[in-house]
Parts: sequence; structure tokens; C-alpha cells
Amino acid sequence: MTTVPTLELRGVDKAFGPVQALSSVNLVAKAGEVTALVGDNGAGKSTLVKCIGGIHRIDAGELLFDGTAHSVGEPRDAARLGVEIVHQDLALCDNLDVVGNMFLGREHLTRLHTLDENSMETLARQALDSLSVTTIRSARQLVASLSGGQRQTVAIAKAVLWQSKIVILDEPTAALGVAQTAQVLDLVRRLAEQGVAVILVSHNMNDVLRVADSIAVLFLGRTAAQVRRAEVTQTQVVELITTGRSGALGLSPTQAGATL
Amino acid sequence: MNAQLLEHGGAEQRHESPAGSSGVGAYARAYVARLRGGELGAVPALVGLVVITAFFAIVHQGFLSAYNLEALVIQAAPIIVMAMGLVFVLLLGEIDLSAGTTGGLCSAITAILILRHGVAWWIAAVAGLAVGMLVGFGTGWLRARIGIPSFVITLATFLAFQGVTLIIVGGQGSVTLPAGSPLIGLENSFLPLWLGWTLLAVFVIGYAALKLADARTARRAGLPGTPYAVIAVKVAVVAALGAAFTFEMGVNRNVTTNAFFTNKAQGMPWVVVLLVVLFAVWHLVLSRTRYGRHVYAVGGNEEASRRAGVVVSRIRISVFVICSGMAAVSGVVAASLLQSVQSNAGAGNTLLLAVGAAVIGGTSLFGGRGRVIDAVLGGLVVAVIINGMSDLIQGANSAGYEWVVTGAVLLLAAGFDAVVRRARR
Repeated sequence: MTTVPTLELRGVDKAFGPVQALSSVNLVAKAGEVTALVGDNGAGKSTLVKCIGGIHRIDAGELLFDGTAHSVGEPRDAARLGVEIVHQDLALCDNLDVVGNMFLGREHLTRLHTLDENSMETLARQALDSLSVTTIRSARQLVASLSGGQRQTVAIAKAVLWQSKIVILDEPTAALGVAQTAQVLDLVRRLAEQGVAVILVSHNMNDVLRVADSIAVLFLGRTAAQVRRAEVTQTQVVELITTGRSGALGLSPTQAGATL
Repeated sequence: MNAQLLEHGGAEQRHESPAGSSGVGAYARAYVARLRGGELGAVPALVGLVVITAFFAIVHQGFLSAYNLEALVIQAAPIIVMAMGLVFVLLLGEIDLSAGTTGGLCSAITAILILRHGVAWWIAAVAGLAVGMLVGFGTGWLRARIGIPSFVITLATFLAFQGVTLIIVGGQGSVTLPAGSPLIGLENSFLPLWLGWTLLAVFVIGYAALKLADARTARRAGLPGTPYAVIAVKVAVVAALGAAFTFEMGVNRNVTTNAFFTNKAQGMPWVVVLLVVLFAVWHLVLSRTRYGRHVYAVGGNEEASRRAGVVVSRIRISVFVICSGMAAVSGVVAASLLQSVQSNAGAGNTLLLAVGAAVIGGTSLFGGRGRVIDAVLGGLVVAVIINGMSDLIQGANSAGYEWVVTGAVLLLAAGFDAVVRRARR
């Protein structure tokens, strides 16, 4: 089945002064799939995420949302297009409870313009339940009392709550132990099953190979290749990351060499 | 939204706690869990208040007499009002060192307008308040837009406003408020007994109605609201404490006539009404409005708040406006207590006592944690210490001991704050 991808990047360029951070990057993220974005340090993953999130404006190329090109100049544009970025540092307020964090900046109010805690708690609980979250017992817990995995869960559930179409997870398992990593990866799968286009930025090859449907490899600011998970081995992905090519896959030898 | 809410009510029945003891049990367990998690709330301040009050009541016979209780309340009032404002600034991890002298300046402006320009007392008071809010706006703007640390800005204004007050008040050293002015009455005249009891009833009924409405709407939404038994206990405690206070304040305290009042001194001071209204308003603003939620959020994680769409600079400016506005009110209350404005009004330990009150009450100096009730409880603790020590230690060095003990309590509270904060990480 060929459907219009939820997010497609075509020939995206971004330069910071003389440094060409991204050159003609292509990326496709489909609804219901986990698209992994991998690459070595400095390959341009963070820059790319910031371009999608509207923190950086792209110099050239197109961002297509559901097949339509949109210009994303600031974070608010991205939010309006249904992009939710779950940052590595999570951006949660320790002193608020789970509900307070999930609704921060988008609080529900009663007719008297006071906070409608009940409606917010009910909806937050539903978002958590829809992801089969069992690790968070009370939506009224302070975030300060949660573990790293639970915090990641809250951040992901927030994306569900706001019915984001594209959720970008920046290194969600970097700080987690084995058990919590497994829980979060399960969550990532369930998030995709809800019809969200998930983009997983990760260094961890095990994680990527376990949950991704599609793997996009960046090499020195270029798209080395975007491949289906089922069609590649770990060795091939590692080669793509480190040299930009692997056999027939990836950049041509001249391209790979030229950028070096 | 409400329709959606009702729809889900049925599906979420499993969350509803069975009525009676198990609901109370669950509530108690959740409360203990919160305490163990470091969310101590008002507990340390309450325990501290009870312990030191008991101590002074034992060592000093007249400590809990109606006369001394009134003195306690009117001494605590300016501290509490200023501390309420400081809670907002402290919630953002900021500090306002100039709150004391801002209050002094505003009270001087109010007094001068009344005395030298013949302005009506309430217009003068509003003018003082407006100056305070303007000062707060300036401080907040310099902090949020220019990026000067609030410590430095307010250290500068702390010094500068002391000078401005000195200039305004002029050579004679103090401005005496006209006798019989309602501003003096705030701290020095009393509610009729019937009015005191009526206002107490209004407050208790309002409190109970709010809590019951919360519990009812929560249950209707299928969430476990506060058990009715717990609400009953809370309301009973508030009613009992209020009634005890109102009763004690109903005792005639005028054992000797003084120069100002020859009539009976019975009933609670008017300033109590001001305190209760200010407490109720700011408490509701912080706990039940979007603005209050955003104040906590910015104090907890500024970056997260910004990403969530909170306009951080606006929140930051607003807390300084609130703080300086409350400092102006505090300054007027202090002027009412002294029946005059001194040229050094608001200088010295005024600010330190108010910050101490907020911190002793449980507000964190690191931002993100604090409630308006902290200002009230902490202010009472500070007033009890000052009042009790002055009774206890007579002689030339009494003021010295008072300072030492207040400092020690503040250090203890700040240390407690730091330890709790570390435990929560």
C-alpha cells in the first residue's frame, strides 16, 4: 500500500555561516511506522530535528506535511502541523504533577476560568491508558518522584494527548536502564500503532533494529540512505553510519569521499 | 468539554473509591506517601508554631492572654503581608531585597499625600499601592528584558528607596498619621463582636462549600475526590480555631486606658479581615488559575514552560509587580501599627523577617515550591519568637538575643529547605 507520507523532506539544506550542516537531505516518515534517524556525532541529526521543529529555518528544499509543502519558521508552526518533539532533557516541570505537565500551556478551564482539574485528570488518564501504561499509578504524582522511564512515558503520553501526527523522540533511552529501555521501546511501538508517524533519533543500534520499520542514515549532513529495517543487517547500517555507504547502498564513492 | 467529561464518568467508575473508611484510608495513605516523598507542605511550620507557642506559653504566664494575642497578630500582620508577596517572587527562584524599603517608600508617599496635600486617605493608599506596583514593574522589566540578576537590581533599589523615603519624610524624622484616620484604625481598632462572628461564619461556610463542590465535581467525573469525612475534619478544625480566636479576641483587653483609646478594646483588629481576604485571593490565584499554574511551572523548569508556550518574561514581570504591590500594602499596615512613618521605614530587618517568614513556612528559596499559607504560618512563627523573646529576656541585651534566635530559626528553615530539596532529587 502506498500512502502519502505524513512527513517528507526533499532536498533540505541548512548552513550556519560557512558550515554546511545539511545538504539536500531527504527523509520520509509514514503514519503508523517508526522511522529511525541515525548517524554519527555531527552527522546533522539534531540540526534536522530542529529544522522540522521550527527552531531553525531551512535554507532550501521542502517540508511536506501530508503531501503539502509548508514553511516552518517557528516552533508554533510546527506545533500547529502536529509535530511534537520529545527532547532528551524532557522539558518537564518537577514541581508539577503528571496532569499539570501534560496540560502545561494548554490548561482546560471551567466556566469560572479556574483550572478544570477533573477534566484534565480524566483525559490524562485516558492518554496513559491508551498506551497501556501501567508504570504510572497516579496521574497526581509529582514528576519529581518519577523514574527516568516514567518521565519518558509522561512526555510520550503528552504527544498522544495532543493527537500529534508526528512525534520526534530525541534519544529516549539514552539515560535508561535495561528494563526501562524495554518499556519505553514498547511504548514507542504502541505510539506508532495509534497511527502516529514516529521519528526515533538514537545512537543505540539495538534499539533502532528492535523497533524501527525504516532507518534513515545521515552521513556528514547528507542522507546516506533510507532503508527498510527488514532489508538490512546491523553491519550494513553501521557501515552506512561510519562511511556513508555499504555495498550498493548509500552515497556513491565519489560523494562519500567528496564530503570528507 | 463538560459533556465529554460526563460521558467518561461511567467508564471510569473503577476509580471511584468506596464510600466510608476505605476512602479515608486511601486518602491517609496517599498523604503519608506524599510526606515521605518530601512534600511536607505546612507540617513543619505548623509543628514549629505549636512547639514554640507551647514553650512561650509555659515559660511566660501571660503569653496566650487576649492582650498578648492581639499584640502578636498586629505585629505579625505587616510581616505576613510582605511575605505573601515574596512567595510569588521566591516561587520563580528570584529575590526582592527591596520589598522592605519599597513598602517604606509607599507608606511615606501615602502619609505625605494625606498630611501635606490633604488627599483622602483611600486615594493616598491607592496611590501608594500604584507606586509599589510601578516599582515592581520596573524591577521585573529590568530582570526579564535586560537580564540583570534580581539580587543586584533589588539591592540597588533597597539602598535607593531608603534615600528617597528619607528625602520625602524630611528632617523631622517621622510623619505622624492624623489621629482617627482609618489607616490607623486598621491595626488599632476592632471589629464589633457580631461582625467578627459573622465574618467567621462566612469564611467557614465558604471554605466548606468550596471543598464540598470540589469533592462533588471530582466524583461526578469518576475521580476519587477528597473523602467527606476528611473534609468534615478540616472544616471542623478551621471552624474551631477560628472560633477560639474570635472568642479570645472578644475579651476586653483595655485594662489601662491609654492616650489613644479610652473605650473598650474588644473584638479582633480590622487587619485580620485584610489578612484573610489577601490570603484567600492569592491562595485561589496560585492554586486554581492558569496564571498560578504557570508561575509554578516557570519556577520548576523555565525551559519546559517556554517550550509549552508560557510567556516566561510576562510571568516574571508579574511576580515582581505582585511582590512590590504587597510590599506597599505591608508598608501601610506597618505605618498603621506605628501610627506614623519613620524616615527609615522598611529598612533594617523588615525584609529579612518577611523572607524568613516565607522560608520558615516552607517556601523554597530555589524556586518552584511555596504556598501563600507559608507566609501566614511563617509570619506567625516569626512574630511569636519576637514577641515571646521580648517578654522572656529583659534587660539591655534583649534585642540582641531576639536577633540571634530569629537568625538561628531562619538558618534552620533554610537548611531544612535544602535538605528536603536534595532528598527529592
